[in-house]
Amino acid sequence: MRFVEEFRDAGLGRALAAEIRSLVQDGRTYKLMEVCGGHTHAIYRYGIDGLLPDAVELVHGPGCPVCVLPMGRVDDGIAIAHEPNVIFTCFGDMMRIPGSHGSLLDAKADGADVRMVYSPLDALAIARRNPEREVVFFAIGFETTAPSTALTLKRAKAEAIANFSCMCNHVTIVPPLRALLDSPALEIDGFIGPGHVSTVVGARPFQFIPERYSKPLVISGFEPLDVLQSIHMLLAQLAGGRCEVENQYGRVVAWDGNPRALAVMAEVFELRPHFEWRGLGFISQSGLKLSDAYAELDAERRFSVPGIRVADPKACQCGEVLKGAIKPWECKVFGTSCTPERPIGTCMVSPEGACAAYYTYGRHAGAREATGRGTAAGEGTAAAEGAAAAGGALAAGGALAAGGALALAGEVSL
Amino acid sequence: MSATRQQRIGEIVQRTRAKQARFRDERITMAHGAGGKASQSLIEGLLLPALRNDALAALGDAGTVSVNGTGLALSTDSFVVTPIRFPGGSIGELAVNGTVNDLAVSGARPLALTLSLVLEEGLPAEELRAEIDAIARAAHAAGVQVVAGDTKVVERGHADLMYACTTGVGVLDPRAQLSTSALRPGDRILVSGAVGAHGMAIMLARDEFALEADIRSDTRSLWPAVDALLDAAGTSVHCMRDATRGGVASALNELARASGVAALVNESEVPVAPAVAGACELLGIDPLYVANEGKLVAFVAPERAQAALDALRTVPGCEQAADIGAVVAEPPGMVLVDTAFGGRRVMDLLAGDPLPRIC
Repeated sequence: MRFVEEFRDAGLGRALAAEIRSLVQDGRTYKLMEVCGGHTHAIYRYGIDGLLPDAVELVHGPGCPVCVLPMGRVDDGIAIAHEPNVIFTCFGDMMRIPGSHGSLLDAKADGADVRMVYSPLDALAIARRNPEREVVFFAIGFETTAPSTALTLKRAKAEAIANFSCMCNHVTIVPPLRALLDSPALEIDGFIGPGHVSTVVGARPFQFIPERYSKPLVISGFEPLDVLQSIHMLLAQLAGGRCEVENQYGRVVAWDGNPRALAVMAEVFELRPHFEWRGLGFISQSGLKLSDAYAELDAERRFSVPGIRVADPKACQCGEVLKGAIKPWECKVFGTSCTPERPIGTCMVSPEGACAAYYTYGRHAGAREATGRGTAAGEGTAAAEGAAAAGGALAAGGALAAGGALALAGEVSL
Repeated sequence: MSATRQQRIGEIVQRTRAKQARFRDERITMAHGAGGKASQSLIEGLLLPALRNDALAALGDAGTVSVNGTGLALSTDSFVVTPIRFPGGSIGELAVNGTVNDLAVSGARPLALTLSLVLEEGLPAEELRAEIDAIARAAHAAGVQVVAGDTKVVERGHADLMYACTTGVGVLDPRAQLSTSALRPGDRILVSGAVGAHGMAIMLARDEFALEADIRSDTRSLWPAVDALLDAAGTSVHCMRDATRGGVASALNELARASGVAALVNESEVPVAPAVAGACELLGIDPLYVANEGKLVAFVAPERAQAALDALRTVPGCEQAADIGAVVAEPPGMVLVDTAFGGRRVMDLLAGDPLPRIC
């Protein structure tokens, strides 16, 4: 696969890892938080943490949209799914998220018509094909997926598809980051910034992080070389006494984001005064709902939902994991009563959840012996530059123009 | 200190995992049919305890019985694929090859099949005729006869066009000495060709992704491959498995668990056709978890592994057979992957499958 494999070159990876090691200052440790669940997944999927020096520790942040969804919202979704005549649609990894009485998958086995879709447009197509049924789309995700939901709602309105509605759980990235940074326990030296979100919002919204909190942030792509390069850029900033927002993912992310995506979001959504985040509590102005102009497509207005706040299970420490305060394996129930097949907390469900990623990929990880294959460092760097330049051409066209149709495949990415 | 705790937790997880799965669910969900951990709990937690016998407990692809000193292998499989026709094959071919392959990888030369059809009211006769033709062709190609059968019709809406169930019997080959518990550290892990084509062909045939690619199901009889392997390596072939639902990853996990050893896979050696790799990449799916309908995984003692691989590659459809890794002692019951990028990770059974049924 051209434009993908170039970013997975093992020789370049080793060369970059060596460069990272050379930037580590004696006796210093570096705690870097990857905000985005997509990065968490990539780090484990490719075994990136095994290539890093011990002094560099990666902390998994709150950027997995499934993981931050509170139980009460899942219960509300299940209540709608059980309404007679409803076809309830959602992304695949949403189906296994536990509510207080089971998941959507359980609701399906119980007789509710729950269907997995890969894009909100698929849900709209189901509505067109089933005019006598009520079709509800359970929308989740950060600014990455919100534009595709917004476009779908615009289309539903334009085509006057009366049997379609949306239960909106979209959230925004900056408020939880601010909440994290305000938390006194946070010991983070720098942030690996969310790549997909930034394709929409751009780099500018993150500038408050170096300016007000004196932490560097590097917006990163999702291939293993992207992540390593971002870590390298963060360490270079720290070594050079710099503190700024840098954009490693320039082949996709524009400094000002995607104005058309932002415009359609502004038209369709408005901020909720508060929204509950799993483990993080209520954060003001962090969630989106449908604007008044789209109120008739709002599933929460069309159906009555319990709307009951459900406290997280006592034993579950998802909140601490999401804040980066503990590692997945430091949670009291990790791997024993909370496993991917029987998750207690949301972090154990999504493949992007820190606990699921660690459980699935992370245990028994260790750096592999060098095999002697791959390129020398010098050649490698030149090749990387070539690859990055080539990659830019590819990704710039596709990523958001497709409205997230790409990003929505099966699992939702930040 | 933290490293010790991490290690301890790792051991706890290990022990939890090694326990026989319990079946505690209140009802059946689609996850129980996905070939991952939920399926494991259904089999190990409900079926095995109730039906316990040595042949079943081995959890091979086929069970064996002895009749007057002759070893026979028996296997049965139901096919509920949708759509029933897809690039490279159809439900009729799957129904033959699926059962033939379960016998073959158990070291048995397939002899005969029974066929049971559940037909939905309204199924066009034309489609049924096409499937019966497909069954006849596949049976002929595999050298088996369909010697008994049954048909049932259910009301519209109670079956997805048609379901097919085949049961097969085969004679254990004297060259074979296979067991799910026979994996030994040092054994090489061979796959008989590029992985992931069947599952991906089905997924794309459903038109749910607006993706187009020339990917065809790999459905075929594996007996020629098994025959070649046994000829080249005989009793040095310790175990084989048909890598169907759940893909190569699930097959490796099941066998590592059954033998109390670990499998170490070298990701960059795993053959994947470019179109399959591309579709998997777009959909965020690891091809090692995608179903195959004509690929086996074989564990061969190291001294005969190269000969076995060479022999395998001469069999039509197995030209891309590859050595993808080795059996190691630790950690027992686990599958580890050295990623092409140079890291190492666990390749566990899937907890559930977000994808619709595919075989």
